[in-house]
Amino acid sequence: MSYDAHLRVWRGDAEGGELVDFTVEVNEGEVVLDIIHRLQATQAPDLAVRWNCKAGKCGSCSAEVNGRPRLMCMTRMNTFAAGEPISITPMRAFPVIRDLVTDVSFNYTKARAVPAFSPPPDLAPGEYRMSQVDVERSQEFRKCIECFLCQDTCHVVRDHEENKPAFAGPRFLMRIAELDMHPLDALDRKRQAQDDFGLGMCNITKCCTEVCPEHIKITDNALIPMKERVVDRKYDPLVWLGSKILRRS
Amino acid sequence: MSTQTGVDAAGRAPVAARTLRTDRWWLQPAITVAVFVAFIIYSTIRAFANTAYYAAPYISPFYSPCLATNCIPGTGELHLVGSWWQLSPALLVLVFPLGFRFTCYYYRKAYFRSFWLSPPACAVPEPHRSYSGETRFPLIVNNAHRYFFYAGLVLNVILTYDAILGFRDAQGHWGHMGLGTLVLLTNATLLWLYSLSCHSCRHIVGGRLKHFSKHPVRYRAWTFVSRLNPRHMQFAWVSLVWVALTDAYVALVASGTFTDPRFF
Amino acid sequence: MSDLERHSYDIVVIGAGGAGLRAAIEAREHGLRTAIICKSLFGKAHTVMAEGGIAASMGNVNSKDSWQVHFRDTLRGGKFLNNPRMAELHAKEAPQRVWELETYGALFDRTPDGRISQRNFGGHEYPRLAHVGDRTGLELIRTLQQKIVSLQQDDERELGDAQARLRVFSELTVTELLKDGDAIAGAFGYWRESGRFVQFEAPAVVLATGGIGKSFKVTSNSWEYTGDGHALALRAGATLINMEFVQFHPTGMVWPPSVKGILVTESVRGDGGVLRNSEGKRFMFEYVPEVFRAQYAASEAEADRWYDDPENNLRPPELLPRDEVARAINSEVKAGRGSPHGGVFLDVSTRLPADEIRRRLPSMYHQFKELADVDITAEPMEVGPTAHYVMGGVEVDADTAACVVPGLFAAGEVAGGMHGSNRLGGNSLSDLLVFGRRAGAGAAAYVEGLGERRPTSREQDVRAAEQDALAPFRPPGEDGSVENPYTVHTDLQQVMNDLVGIIRREGEIVEALERLGLLRERARRAGVEGHRQFNPGWHLALDLRNMLDVSQCVARAALERRESRGGHTREDHPAMDPTWRGVNLVCAQDSPGGPISLRRQPVPTIHPDLLALFDRAELAKYLTPQELA
Repeated sequence: MSYDAHLRVWRGDAEGGELVDFTVEVNEGEVVLDIIHRLQATQAPDLAVRWNCKAGKCGSCSAEVNGRPRLMCMTRMNTFAAGEPISITPMRAFPVIRDLVTDVSFNYTKARAVPAFSPPPDLAPGEYRMSQVDVERSQEFRKCIECFLCQDTCHVVRDHEENKPAFAGPRFLMRIAELDMHPLDALDRKRQAQDDFGLGMCNITKCCTEVCPEHIKITDNALIPMKERVVDRKYDPLVWLGSKILRRS
Repeated sequence: MSTQTGVDAAGRAPVAARTLRTDRWWLQPAITVAVFVAFIIYSTIRAFANTAYYAAPYISPFYSPCLATNCIPGTGELHLVGSWWQLSPALLVLVFPLGFRFTCYYYRKAYFRSFWLSPPACAVPEPHRSYSGETRFPLIVNNAHRYFFYAGLVLNVILTYDAILGFRDAQGHWGHMGLGTLVLLTNATLLWLYSLSCHSCRHIVGGRLKHFSKHPVRYRAWTFVSRLNPRHMQFAWVSLVWVALTDAYVALVASGTFTDPRFF
Repeated sequence: MSDLERHSYDIVVIGAGGAGLRAAIEAREHGLRTAIICKSLFGKAHTVMAEGGIAASMGNVNSKDSWQVHFRDTLRGGKFLNNPRMAELHAKEAPQRVWELETYGALFDRTPDGRISQRNFGGHEYPRLAHVGDRTGLELIRTLQQKIVSLQQDDERELGDAQARLRVFSELTVTELLKDGDAIAGAFGYWRESGRFVQFEAPAVVLATGGIGKSFKVTSNSWEYTGDGHALALRAGATLINMEFVQFHPTGMVWPPSVKGILVTESVRGDGGVLRNSEGKRFMFEYVPEVFRAQYAASEAEADRWYDDPENNLRPPELLPRDEVARAINSEVKAGRGSPHGGVFLDVSTRLPADEIRRRLPSMYHQFKELADVDITAEPMEVGPTAHYVMGGVEVDADTAACVVPGLFAAGEVAGGMHGSNRLGGNSLSDLLVFGRRAGAGAAAYVEGLGERRPTSREQDVRAAEQDALAPFRPPGEDGSVENPYTVHTDLQQVMNDLVGIIRREGEIVEALERLGLLRERARRAGVEGHRQFNPGWHLALDLRNMLDVSQCVARAALERRESRGGHTREDHPAMDPTWRGVNLVCAQDSPGGPISLRRQPVPTIHPDLLALFDRAELAKYLTPQELA
């Protein structure tokens, strides 16, 4: 069942690099990451690649296979025709370090900018009471394995480096939605989402949802609901008027 | 042409090819453009035509409600606009469904991808030098989607009423049904499905709440809309095409090209 | 040495999984400057792989649960070899640690009255595992990660620098601990990204590096599990206990090869899945040991009734403890009744309707669908044992997590004693939290007690560590032969898997020790190409030494313990022997770079109050008559 595959793997570093051709054996049932490992063990021992669990649970082996952001451990080789050349490059929205490894610190910087969960101050540990229906929306977003493929594919930063300071990316806009929907979070995060994290830049083209290996409905369940919440706060005169009147009465 | 700020920005892994995608990523935007352009051409012609939009008891959805005094008699008495209006009465009404669809979260995806190429497909570079999304005029107006949704609901009620009138014959007697009745009913149903599966609708009925457990009725409403919402795209396409077909059907009957088959 | 980057901290935590992060949070909350070092990116630690839940006797689902019951279950699971004080602290403090996570933002599944829901699991008398679907480990790691971020935000507000008191060094590997006389003075390592060397000056180091699974060929563990903490401790003069006890999970995937070892959750069997051999026979009925006969069904009919009526029927033998099931599968395969790819069949497709399978086991359904192209609703899975967890680890003081080396602390899988000879499912996540916190507090107290007199590391030790780390770039090989580190690693995994695996025999372990000696020679000649910037070949060459040290301890202890207990099965000594119950095997390196020694040491005695939780008949199965008296 084994055959030789034609791989085109990007090799290089911040100074430059190119797609390098390799011929590597492929056996039944293997995924792209297996082939990269075989390449390391037999032809290119210093080929840099990040990986951890190899089971689609840690989100380390993000790369672009035939131009599409994917987890290498979850991309089966039998999805490609045997003779077809397969290109593997690092994520292209982030600075490359070496070979398939990129500098993803942008994401950690953004993570640190999102104000943390803010529980009611008078609630002691063990006294938290939440209904299952109230936690379910946020739970979906907490399935995120932080592979950063959504960040990689989002054209707002992928195609516009200059937007990086003003735009947190789908993963962290989803984090804001997660906290805004957390039944016990006491902060109002709507203006912040729009003004500080660039929710208005999102034009809901859904690539984040398309690439998510956890199948989280990022656009439909996090970004659009968050946009609607922002409308409540910023752009809807009726809701604004209603809240003014109610607060007075 | 890709820009220096995108995937070719300093520090990122340079690759000569514009995209390494090997699938037919251009197909989806191409189909979208083709269908939209066809619809726009057809609807523009029909909206300005100001003819063959009423074949009792059927009225074309492009012309309902007919608000001007220059409407064909029998198309309603709701003449909010006076006799000074000389253009096609369709233009008075169409602005609402068009606004609803233009600001719709699904259509935004569709036109941003296929017309504005921002991006044309996932991980395929877009051709623009700068990008500000929906943060400025005019695209910031997309935030008004919910108002078009409200207007859309009013229109849905009227078009449903029109469909029910399809159970009267040309003389106004109840107990009639023709193929046109079925066409109008389907049209109204699809428009309801499209409207109710809308993301703004989902937010308004319950999505805005922090605690579903305290609002069981709204939670059930939200759950219902949430079940429809994943098919919003399909409803958007089918209802769009069906509106045009409905109008075409009425036009064919009104112009005498085709005789409406009567069931009873 | 322009190449060397130097940092000074109060506490350095090595490892950023559950235990490491909890320890760092505790240290930072004591006001100490803390460094967290992780080998991979922040938030990728192996903890994310945990599925089932966190065991804590909160009593939310069954109010009869208490810490005493949890303690009792833990000791039964560990076959009474546990450090009883650790098991006691663990059972007592787990609920607090879980509730604390909610204040950090964790969202567990809920009971109808809004409390944390708890599920049943093997060996736990009551529903006890707090969980989030089947991704509890991810929730744990993300919650702790976000708590760290929130503490950094506090520091940013207060001090203008987010990293003032808590800094994460990601993709940095520690290769050596630095000492000043007997005491810890810091750590030495390299940035994976640049290959640049880093020296940490710190009076206290907390080891939280996890396990050793990567020494075995078939494992559910990730690449990071190379036993770094075990080896660092050993080389720094600390002691390892219970290293012979390695838990093999009975059901790992066996096909395709790329996913061999990946876990198939115990819930598959809990929800009705049965094990069959190539003849289609439910073979587990043949393997019920005498001591369990009274608790397990003898016929398929009775076993099948249990799922609906557990009160009046005995449970199916597929639900025997992990070690029993793993041994049974192993025997079937050896007898030639295995599946085509060397496992046995785990079938749920004929037991439950397809919809029900998808609803109850969503991640298993997707795992097999996406990785193996197997639809578990229509065909059986192929499964076999996989190295999963090491019960053994660094010997620590139960209350402070301190090792015998002053300034060195250990928590989580790298620490030994808590789980005895066999760990219960769900007890690892609670272990991380309870002892992670205690290690952070213990280290903080130690540093505070030092005052101004802090140990300092010696320049020549740093230089020696540098030379060791650079060795793979200029392998000695008098005859010019250079070894490929990937090949040496593969051979090591094969040796451990075949000779010190799930079933052990004296002759094979002796052979393993010989082969490990040869592998050590080859590892010394392991050479790598290229430069120091993100070079996986180099990284592996350095990890090899750790894996070899640890493997040697496992093999030595396995040879010594002439009985079968929990995660240690000797075919030539199949019975559990009460005289061995009281013995811990201690692995140590008595002089730096010297040979590894093994000695016996009594297991700490169980306090009479705790012993009173068991009835005498049960104790008689484990303890010697003298201990009982």
